[in-house]
Amino acid sequence: MTTAPTPAVPAGPSAADAVVRRPAPSFWVRLRRSWWIYLFLLPTFLGYGAYTVYPLLASWWYALLDWPGFALRGTFVGLDNFRMLLTDDLFWNAFANSMLFLVIAVPLRVGGALLLALVLNSRFAPMRSLFRTLIFLPVVTTSAIVGVVFTLILDAGGPVNTALVSMALLESPVNFAANSGTSLVTVVAVWVWKWLGITMIYWLAALQTIPPEIGEAARMDRASVWQEFRHITLPMLVPFLVIITLIDVISALNVFDLAVTLTGGGPAFSSEVMEIFIYRTAFQATVPELGYASAAAVLFGLMTMALALAQGLGVRAVRRRQS
Amino acid sequence: MTTTPLAVAPGTSPAAAAGRPSRRGGPRRSRVLTGCVLAVFCAIWVYPFVWLLSASLKTPGEIFGKGLSLLPDRLVWENYARAWNEVGFSDYMLNSVLITVGTVLLVVVRSALAGYVLGRADFPGKKGIMAVFLITFFLPEGYTIIPITQLTDQLGLLNTHLGVILGLGAGGQVAATLLYAGYFRSLPKELEECARVDGAGPLTIFFTVMLPLAVPVTATVVILQFLNAWNAYLLPLVFTLSQPDLRTLAVGMTAFSGEYGTDYTGLAAAAVISLAPVLAVFVALQRQFVDSIAGAVKQ
Repeated sequence: MTTAPTPAVPAGPSAADAVVRRPAPSFWVRLRRSWWIYLFLLPTFLGYGAYTVYPLLASWWYALLDWPGFALRGTFVGLDNFRMLLTDDLFWNAFANSMLFLVIAVPLRVGGALLLALVLNSRFAPMRSLFRTLIFLPVVTTSAIVGVVFTLILDAGGPVNTALVSMALLESPVNFAANSGTSLVTVVAVWVWKWLGITMIYWLAALQTIPPEIGEAARMDRASVWQEFRHITLPMLVPFLVIITLIDVISALNVFDLAVTLTGGGPAFSSEVMEIFIYRTAFQATVPELGYASAAAVLFGLMTMALALAQGLGVRAVRRRQS
Repeated sequence: MTTTPLAVAPGTSPAAAAGRPSRRGGPRRSRVLTGCVLAVFCAIWVYPFVWLLSASLKTPGEIFGKGLSLLPDRLVWENYARAWNEVGFSDYMLNSVLITVGTVLLVVVRSALAGYVLGRADFPGKKGIMAVFLITFFLPEGYTIIPITQLTDQLGLLNTHLGVILGLGAGGQVAATLLYAGYFRSLPKELEECARVDGAGPLTIFFTVMLPLAVPVTATVVILQFLNAWNAYLLPLVFTLSQPDLRTLAVGMTAFSGEYGTDYTGLAAAAVISLAPVLAVFVALQRQFVDSIAGAVKQ
């Protein structure tokens, strides 16, 4: 604590003194004066360094190793893992499933949540906070437990099948999660149910930024609800659309908890997404392949970052066009 | 996304049709109509929770045998006793609580300290730190799980509570740090100068002046981290593969469905036990939950 008073010195004696001194404190002076800054950052340096930055880099190194799980360390094999991945049908199957999931689930979640937010935000909606709370409820629950619970609800003898059969929407019960034709769509449906509420909250926050006077003015001019939405609300929501889609895309790539507990990636890999492929290769195989799984993880990480970057550029482009 | 406006049209146009022509009575009818549609929608939305609660109190024969009836003939509380005592959900609950509390504390302390410095001080290397944060903001968990498991193993922390807490809270969580940084940046500069004149050092200023002022951010970070840690699955699963006593509720749940596959009523009771705490906290603090999540995104 002995150096603590030091930062106060320049401000103390006279303002002129501070002006003269401040422009050129050398690197080392600044470093010594700001010891406490680095003390405050120490937990982050250690934690973030060890648990985020190191794994980020280590994955790249692991990806170059042939490393059966039980061995202490792997042997360097260069780019062999990547070469094998590119011809591995199961890898491409997982990649295709992840992409398919993204393309179906994200528009449903983003669009469905916008629809609900518009209804809840309209002057026709009664008891808004109650409805908002009920729709938000699944968001706080544990994905892994939701996955297990829905294996029961969607079971051939469960309530969903009973209802669909009695309404004659289905001829005979289908075990949705355990059928290779419906397993991925089932994960999509449960995922959208689970997370729609949070996206709705994002949209409600976005709609709050639109001044109500604009809508009132439009109604004075006898614009219909549809015209008001199309020409006033929608253009103001475009920047939010890009950000909300980005958040939901990232969330859709992290569907592991729900998918693995609901379908386990099956049957016959029909709902195996990238994270399940990585997990299965690294931790569940009879001979775990840490190097091979890391190579898949690296490709998966690059894919995620490319998507985030593309959308980040999209956000910037929209902002520039608007200003 | 071009389909979004089309999807919106059918929902809003009936309301428009009813609301415009007759100036009186119209909007009221629209309100009733909208309310009914929302009520039906929400009833379907929360049905899985109601079904789960009812299933947890049924006999094994009733759970799939009684069609859509939600009312059990007799409340079978033994399902809960079985899940809690025999399957071990009492232990899983304790593990989940310990791990969640540890993770929340770790993230709050770590990100408040870093956020204070990043929000208020200027120092060599600040831009570099922010750049690393932005690059790793969207890092998927599946990407880092293998090296993190190896690291934890080397530290001798695999199969310990501390190992799971560090795995969940030591890295990542950039959003929490940025929330603190944004908040501290918005506070007036005079605060520290006054304290400094009184002879307080940086640590004293932080803990006695700044941190107490940041209660709103701390509440947000606590809520977000509580959800994050309580609902975590991949990391606790991998870290406790060889140590069943350390399972959290989420991991215990899937182990239960694997080991006692056909005890559906016990499974439903276990699910209620696991979801009840998080739902109770949410219902008690719903305003703060919703504001936290909306606020975190606006940042």
